[in-house]
Amino acid sequence: MTTPTTSPAAASGKAPKGRAPSSPLPTGRPRGGRSRIRRQLPVSPWLFAAPGLLVAGAFSLYPFLSTVANSFTDRRTLLPGRFVGLDNYREMLGDEMFWIGLRNSTLYVLGVVPALVVLPLLLALLVEKQIPGITFFRSAFYTPVVASIVVVGLIWVWLLDERGLVNSVLEVVGAGPVGFLSDQWLLLLSAMTVTVWKGLGYYMIIYLAALGNVPRELHEAASVDGAGPVRRFLTVTLPAVRSTMVLVAALSSVAAFKVFSEVYLMAGPGGGPAGEDTTLVMLVQRTGTGLSGRVGYSAAISVVVFAVTVALMLLVLRADRKEDA
Amino acid sequence: MSRREGRAERPGAGVAAPDRRRNRVTGRRSGRRMPGWEIVLRYVALLAVLALTVGPFLWQLSTSLKGPHEDIFASPPAFLPEQPTFDNYVRVAETIPVWDYALNSLTVAVVNVVANCTGAALAGYALARLRYRGRRAATLAFILAMLVPVEGIIIALFTTMRGLGLNDTLAGVVLPLSVSALNVLLMRNAFLNLPYEVEEAAFVDGANVWQRFARIALPSVKGTLAVVAILAFMGAWDDFLWPLIVLSDPQNFTLTIGLNYLHGTFADDERLVAAGTIIAVLPLIVLFACLQRYFFRGVGEGAVKG
Repeated sequence: MTTPTTSPAAASGKAPKGRAPSSPLPTGRPRGGRSRIRRQLPVSPWLFAAPGLLVAGAFSLYPFLSTVANSFTDRRTLLPGRFVGLDNYREMLGDEMFWIGLRNSTLYVLGVVPALVVLPLLLALLVEKQIPGITFFRSAFYTPVVASIVVVGLIWVWLLDERGLVNSVLEVVGAGPVGFLSDQWLLLLSAMTVTVWKGLGYYMIIYLAALGNVPRELHEAASVDGAGPVRRFLTVTLPAVRSTMVLVAALSSVAAFKVFSEVYLMAGPGGGPAGEDTTLVMLVQRTGTGLSGRVGYSAAISVVVFAVTVALMLLVLRADRKEDA
Repeated sequence: MSRREGRAERPGAGVAAPDRRRNRVTGRRSGRRMPGWEIVLRYVALLAVLALTVGPFLWQLSTSLKGPHEDIFASPPAFLPEQPTFDNYVRVAETIPVWDYALNSLTVAVVNVVANCTGAALAGYALARLRYRGRRAATLAFILAMLVPVEGIIIALFTTMRGLGLNDTLAGVVLPLSVSALNVLLMRNAFLNLPYEVEEAAFVDGANVWQRFARIALPSVKGTLAVVAILAFMGAWDDFLWPLIVLSDPQNFTLTIGLNYLHGTFADDERLVAAGTIIAVLPLIVLFACLQRYFFRGVGEGAVKG
């Protein structure tokens, strides 16, 4: 491989530092892990991890802690704020906008998750077989995932416009123009459709990996026993991808509850007619930004978003364990 | 892609890969042929899904090419432009500095790729291969960081950035993404899957930790590194919520924010918005089409290994 830089490096490398045994070879009692390579310079491992740890600390963990801390203050964008206890949370309970946001984010989970658990699996089954051109189809189905959410949002705004493609096709059929983007509920439904459309390819790939791991002997044994394709799907494929379905359910429900861009782009910053389509993260963004942004109150809503996503995750994983028993 | 994985010549990746030979045409794992009607049915379904997933992009492309005197609201809709023109692309550049925005996006994306590949590889190696006090704590820190949803900390992130004096700068856009915890853990898994023997041999030969990392370990995880690079590029190029919050001066906008601005301000001409979106999405589609082989293989490996 490389020409060994002999004595100096080796000497410093093998200098017994504290408890670290000097030999890299198995010494009889491998402590802890598989690694038999001992440290050389006590400082270098931290040099390796330092950039990553700095970013993770400064831009994930610290903002998280400060969000929780801010939620107990009346901090504003340009004012430091003081401790107000649970006032923000109390105010939230009486805030109509908060309940609208909670309702919409919850509806989003209920609408999007079942579709994203089932449809990508069907899609994965469709592209699983190695037939000519399948690689092209796989990548093409992935295009919506690659595209920016802004591009996707603007494309669909144009498609669903009062005079857009979908409505002109509907008019040819004889159905009048449908206000996909003006009716409160249709707007939410349209945004969900866009989320599902954009997510199909992503989850398809996850399922595809899982399907590749189904032992072919099981399929063969089942067909020898005379099981048709549907039967084989139910008895062989489905149990094999069940844990993947749970994973997809967990990932997509957490993502759906935190929905921002789709609704923001389709409904506008104000959240559609009378703000009725506002989601919780839209509310976080709207209340927390600007010169008079209520950082404290916005942080309290964020804490609710954290709590619900953690709860959703636990709920899905728990449902999985129950079925196992 | 699991089929490709079997053939992948990646050290470590093929170690546990079971035999995955399949019939080249039918794709059956055993030798049976797929009946003709099933093949036809499959292609019909594939084409239908193709129309659904790619159709909207083509419609947008078509709109962006339609001339100023064409009725873009016609019913029944016309799919091909009658007087195809690139004029809309010129006009969108006159309306907003779309090429400056594209350059901003490109800068952010490229810096993000370099930072993520470097930072995640270094940290991943430290987590997987080095022993030191606090390694578990470091791993835990990355796992926690990965679990923190960016949507929930966005305002605190904004105030942190303001404290650093980086609001409304491209550095402020790129920094929070610059070493994603997910990428660190991906790299960690890749390094964990490498056999130890080669590194041990190098150790015996006196290679120090940097040499082992740079010359032995890193070249062996190119596949995962490629995935990290693609994810980093797409993530930065496509990001919307964070740039929307951190950027305020239109001069510094990235393409996604610029497009939203274009849409909000000049929504009356759908041709312009369409041209803008095509400018934003085309480079990514081309990039992805070129790299999809590595991407699907790498993602498949990651998913298989858990």
